[in-house]
Amino acid sequence: MSRFIDLPAGMSRRHFMNHMAGAAALAAPATAFTNSILANATDMRKRHKAAILLWMGGGPSTMDIWDLKPGAATGGPFKQIATTADGVAISEHMPLMAKQMHHMAIVRSMSTREADHMRGRYYMHTGYVPSPNVEHPSYGAVIAHELADQVPGLEIPPFVSVGSGSVGPGFLGMTWAPFVVDSNGNVRNLDMGVEPARLAQRMEMLATIEKRFIGERRGGSADDHAKVLDKTVKLMTSPQMEAFKVMKEPKDMQERYGATGFGRGCLMARRLVEMGVPFVEVDLGGWDNHANIFPTLQNQKLPELDKAMSGLVADLADRGMLDDTVVIWMGEFSRTPNINGGGGRDHWARSWSCVVGGGGFKRGVVVGETSSDGKEVVSEAYSSQDLMASVLKAVGVSLETTFTAKNGRPMKIANSGKVIKELFA
Amino acid sequence: MRGLLAMLVGIAVGCGASVVKAADAAAEHFGIPQVKYINEQVAAGWADAALPPSPAATDGEWCRRVHLDLIGRIPSVDELRGFLADKSPTKRAELVARLLGDDYVDEYARHWTDVWTTVLIGRDVANERVNRPGMRQYLRRAFSKNIPYDQFMEQLVTATGANANRKDVDGFNGATNFLSGKMEEMGVENGVQATAKTAQIFLGLQVQCTQCHNHPFNKGKQNQFWELNAFFRQARALRKRGGTDDVQWVELIDEDFAGEGGNPEEAELYYELRNGLMKVAYPVFVDGTEISKSGYLPATLEDGTRYGANRRRELAQLIKASPFFAKAAVNRIWAHFFGYGFTKPIDDLGEHNPPSHPELLDGLAERFREQSFDLKELARWLVLSRPYALSSRSTAANDGDEPSLGEKPKFTHAYLRQMQAEELYESLMTATQADRTARSEDAAKKKDAWLSQFVIAFGTDEGDDATTFNGSIPQVLMMFNGEMIQNATSTGKGGFLDTVASSPMSNAAKIETLYMAALARKPVSSELSIANRIVAAKKGDVIGALQDVWWAVLNSNEFIIKH
Repeated sequence: MSRFIDLPAGMSRRHFMNHMAGAAALAAPATAFTNSILANATDMRKRHKAAILLWMGGGPSTMDIWDLKPGAATGGPFKQIATTADGVAISEHMPLMAKQMHHMAIVRSMSTREADHMRGRYYMHTGYVPSPNVEHPSYGAVIAHELADQVPGLEIPPFVSVGSGSVGPGFLGMTWAPFVVDSNGNVRNLDMGVEPARLAQRMEMLATIEKRFIGERRGGSADDHAKVLDKTVKLMTSPQMEAFKVMKEPKDMQERYGATGFGRGCLMARRLVEMGVPFVEVDLGGWDNHANIFPTLQNQKLPELDKAMSGLVADLADRGMLDDTVVIWMGEFSRTPNINGGGGRDHWARSWSCVVGGGGFKRGVVVGETSSDGKEVVSEAYSSQDLMASVLKAVGVSLETTFTAKNGRPMKIANSGKVIKELFA
Repeated sequence: MRGLLAMLVGIAVGCGASVVKAADAAAEHFGIPQVKYINEQVAAGWADAALPPSPAATDGEWCRRVHLDLIGRIPSVDELRGFLADKSPTKRAELVARLLGDDYVDEYARHWTDVWTTVLIGRDVANERVNRPGMRQYLRRAFSKNIPYDQFMEQLVTATGANANRKDVDGFNGATNFLSGKMEEMGVENGVQATAKTAQIFLGLQVQCTQCHNHPFNKGKQNQFWELNAFFRQARALRKRGGTDDVQWVELIDEDFAGEGGNPEEAELYYELRNGLMKVAYPVFVDGTEISKSGYLPATLEDGTRYGANRRRELAQLIKASPFFAKAAVNRIWAHFFGYGFTKPIDDLGEHNPPSHPELLDGLAERFREQSFDLKELARWLVLSRPYALSSRSTAANDGDEPSLGEKPKFTHAYLRQMQAEELYESLMTATQADRTARSEDAAKKKDAWLSQFVIAFGTDEGDDATTFNGSIPQVLMMFNGEMIQNATSTGKGGFLDTVASSPMSNAAKIETLYMAALARKPVSSELSIANRIVAAKKGDVIGALQDVWWAVLNSNEFIIKH
């Protein structure tokens, strides 16, 4: 943990800044560093839009969670239960979420084509299929990029990933890369162990070397490095790092989210959003259930998910944050309606569900429908880009936004996906 | 521009004349016809695209680059000064010969072991069916002996034996680790990963998507995946527990494959189409070549009749003969030295992904085959070529050549490359003159532990992982404050900084030594003046001042980027 944070507030930080004045700002704009320090802390608590992505690595079987087919040969053993949303039933192993469904919306008509983990992961995170020519920005990079300005005093990175790292910023550049932490909120190597004056001296020396190299037209990665250095120094000295300290939450609050890695991650996401972070991704892996799927879901995966997700949604609602914070639940694809010889389900992308809620989304609804065996979408089918466009609309990002990829080509935000209109009132 | 460059060269290496001579020698391709061929082919691409190349890199830059690429670390101060002082017009070819020769064979083998460990088994240390020390042991031996690449492939694809080197186990063969962890997924022993990775690495073909369906935009068909997979159905990875609950090692064996239909004479397997229908597959290579359908291993009846086939051995022969084999190798090795291959990704040579230099790729592949797949020769051709010797500084006329923007590479200038995590580790060791004799298995473990912080697992059963040494904030924090950097900048007795600080050199010469050790150049005046200010502010605490300078140098983009 950083010594700077423990120093008496105010004095030490100003003292530090005096030392840093000549050394900071490795990258343009030179004033960014000092401006952020001057920002009033209360500004940060102002209402701002944000999104939290609950990423289910491995591909969860959505017909055992959100779109059950009791009685069908493909249906599996789980029963469905009624929820607080009118006419909406979900898995009996999600009893806590059943009490929160009036806040959420299920899209049961997702239909995609990517059933390979890495391709599906990329596609669902970016709205684009992988391309050899260009790397596309993920949800976190896009939303951080679009919403970072609303919290000018934010010193911690605008895109935080708890767990396994998300998908990168692509052509938006390293500035928008996910800041990856573990679910305990530990940030390694935060403390240099030297006094501020000395750090300032080192940074001045470093800035000189960096600038010379950047000035020699060797390409963008040299410049990117300097920008990340700037952010790192900011981070090392920021009192906002408190937001990561999830264990400082009261015990009953920790209990509300569950004593699991994913639970702590969700609680940290709420703390980070409160601090002003526009995008947090929390990962829960272990959904690649090719064998013994039902006991695994019933005894391990669903209880952990149910506790943490319901804790997050209810807490956001209680704090009045849900109107400004979108929650997204999805994996890279789902699992086959057919149950294989090992009692598992394999990869399946043709008909599946995602869940969204908060922000501008309509609450307590179900969008779309699958056939009685779950193998086909029988209503209008939606793609990754449609979901992404809808999420962007729900956090107030304009769908008219067009990025310029590094190669100069215009790139429409969310791959020109169409908003899922049933998700909006 | 020319004047400015000459001045910079003069400042950087203090010996402008030898640079010019070396550049002439490079233009003359050192009498190596393959180098001449590369130079001509790449230059033709420059002419076609109307993009003139950048000037040559300085001797210091080139020396640093070639050390990093061939032996995985920066040059030591002595190595660098020796090279810069050398007046021979062919000193670059001589340095390459040294780095590929007996003097550096251990370091060469260590570096390529690092590179190939990642290619073959990734960086994930969690797979209990893979024994990393075993894999390394095999690779070290293979690269120490520079075994031809076709034999290398054959040994990996056909390996049998125990994957761990243990006193209580006979028949150790470290090469088995390539496949030992790829035979089984979630209790199903079907060699799906073995199929996908073998095709990807040794043929540059991406077949993994066709496991479940015909590929939407390349020619891959689902049957091709399973017909290739059929070659792996005699192989079995047996988990050995050695009296404990945990898997202690794996024995990879070949045994008769009865076929899923129960007829070993025609041992078939079944796969499921997306519509639920089952189809049958026998071993057929990607080019349509069929081998015996028999699931029996080769044997001879009493009457002398021979029957059966070893499917993996047949596969290795087919791979060796395939034009994709040499192309995939050349593409991978080219990308190692130039930062970009002729295709992106480098292991996708399918028709849907045309290469940037098709003729050069084919021509180099042909020459590599003619040279009996000698990896050191291939490396020599690439590092002595003119495009490899170019500066990483783009010019106004060629800065459009930037493959990171999605364009096909033209190789008009050297592209900046992030050091691999292993290269950074070894370079820090070299820069700080860490004790190189303490290179035991313990040291390897320490290195593995350090490297593991860069590995991200994706929570899938396929053990997908990615190494992201990419200059993100956590990695900058690691370089700012981590244990490794604290050791590297330690002022302890007998350490690097202590040695420099207590030498009779002037302060300016001490600072220069730090620059040479890490950046292979002397400091420029703006850097010297700040460094001097730090020394003055420290009032006689020279080692403390050097520590600050050294910290800054090691954290600079110039140190961690290959340029």
